[in-house]
Amino acid sequence: MTAANILSKIKENFPEAVLDMTEFAGEQILHVRGPDILTLLTKLKADGFNFLADLTAIDNLTLGGYERFAVSYHLLCHQTGERLTVKAYIPEEKPSLPSVESLWKTADWQEREVFDLYGIKFEGHPNLIRIMNPDDFEGYPLRKDYPRLGRKERSDFPVVDRGIQKKKS
Amino acid sequence: MTRVTELPLETDKMVLNFGPQHPSTHGTLRIIMELDGETVTKATPEIGYLHSGFEKLGEDLDFNQYITITDRMNYLSPLCNNVAYALAAEKLIGIEVSKRTEYIRVLMCELSRIADHLLNVGMLAVDLGALTAFLYGFKLREDIYDLFEIATGTRLTTSYTLVGGLMRDIPDGYDKAVLKVLDEVDKVANDIETLLNKNRIWQDRTKKIGIISKEDAISYGITGPMARATGIEWDIRVNEPYSSYEDFEFDVAIALNGDVFDRYLVRMEEIRQSIKICRQSLEKMPSGDVIVDPGLGYSLPPKDEVYNSIEGLIYHFEVTMPNRGMTPPVGEAYVPTESPNGELGFYIVSDGNRTPYRVRTRPPSLMNYSIFSKLIEGHMLSDAPAIIGSINVIAGELDR
Repeated sequence: MTAANILSKIKENFPEAVLDMTEFAGEQILHVRGPDILTLLTKLKADGFNFLADLTAIDNLTLGGYERFAVSYHLLCHQTGERLTVKAYIPEEKPSLPSVESLWKTADWQEREVFDLYGIKFEGHPNLIRIMNPDDFEGYPLRKDYPRLGRKERSDFPVVDRGIQKKKS
Repeated sequence: MTRVTELPLETDKMVLNFGPQHPSTHGTLRIIMELDGETVTKATPEIGYLHSGFEKLGEDLDFNQYITITDRMNYLSPLCNNVAYALAAEKLIGIEVSKRTEYIRVLMCELSRIADHLLNVGMLAVDLGALTAFLYGFKLREDIYDLFEIATGTRLTTSYTLVGGLMRDIPDGYDKAVLKVLDEVDKVANDIETLLNKNRIWQDRTKKIGIISKEDAISYGITGPMARATGIEWDIRVNEPYSSYEDFEFDVAIALNGDVFDRYLVRMEEIRQSIKICRQSLEKMPSGDVIVDPGLGYSLPPKDEVYNSIEGLIYHFEVTMPNRGMTPPVGEAYVPTESPNGELGFYIVSDGNRTPYRVRTRPPSLMNYSIFSKLIEGHMLSDAPAIIGSINVIAGELDR
């Protein structure tokens, strides 16, 4: 079954979940609602898209889109060699969507990365903790409203006093 | 029978902190291992020690500036990163590059692959105590880096590609220098295999260690030589050819057992296939320009024109000034390429501005490393360097 067939079938079967289907530079992009992502990806996996190549997120703050955040899944079908991008949109107020870790183990670390850098929660993830930044880090650096130079100055961090400084006379 | 000691044997599990400063981690990796005697019962890799915010930085740099950042990701094969990023940007913007550019890119990628695999095999060997193979490989890698220096001006931070072409053409007589090194690679590959393949210690340390099944490889998103060592016949150069790879004849190396030894074999075979591709690309090298300016304000004019003519200077400013030049379409592009470690993809989202809206790197190291805790469980502690070595984790790319 080719990607075009699969996509039209998906749109027929899940009319509410699928927001739109677009094409850019020869790539198919499927825009869907966030909460339905697990059902859709389970279906797509059964239809032949057996490999999750990449999972990442986009902050649509100034770009515009259906919602504030989009989580994009890059799927690959080993049999036909076709690729498909699925973008799941989730609102700013409740940035959470189901985890696909049960379908692909690779989603474990990648969802942790998205959680770390965007603050998007994945329901059902076995170990959703920060992966790149330290555990006590505040904020989500890849969000568009996070300044590039960071939020903290060096002087904000506590000074470790090991008791070896000379006393002021 | 007399007992040496009356004390009971300690059977508690021990927690061992492996890294982040450990000679066999080749970077800053940390693994927290639970040991039962010498057997690893649980291992938790902790990454992020080299997180540098490259993706955030990419949102502030324009399409040509970000190429310098891609060098720093996989510092063993920076040219592959340059090419992958340029391909993604070109796909987004819709630029066709010249055939000569594509062939030079293929040549550079394959030389990088040889250097990367030689270093990886050498490092794996030196971690297991075989210094000779490492020295053979490392010396040759230096020769390949000299080739990069001739073409790009630097050994490591090459920044060779531009959106729409290359920074500069390869110099005259470059093919002779490359062919000389390729002959040497052929010899050294044979030497390394003669030293290692039938070595009893090497086989004991690598066979049946860290076995990955086909299903696990797909589930964990493993690509590249690691996936091909499990029997998955998937090479992006063949299955989804980019940059004129369809013009070259070569075989895809696969193995069936998926252990450390097979990954080593696949890498050695890939070195040989890369030699073939390099030779073909030199033979068939088309003539022409390496920079094609589509007139959209991406490519800088030659320096000669900038310094000696007012038009050239104006055009230079048109490209470099923040409010001019570079009007990419609104859209997104994901381009997968076959880097020495696996699928290296760049995902660029553009909102029509001079700088990309989002630049995502799909690092092969991250996915390949995520299976580590599964591989090491039940093995001895001394197998950890063998498995890490065979994964070829590059911390710069892993953490970005």
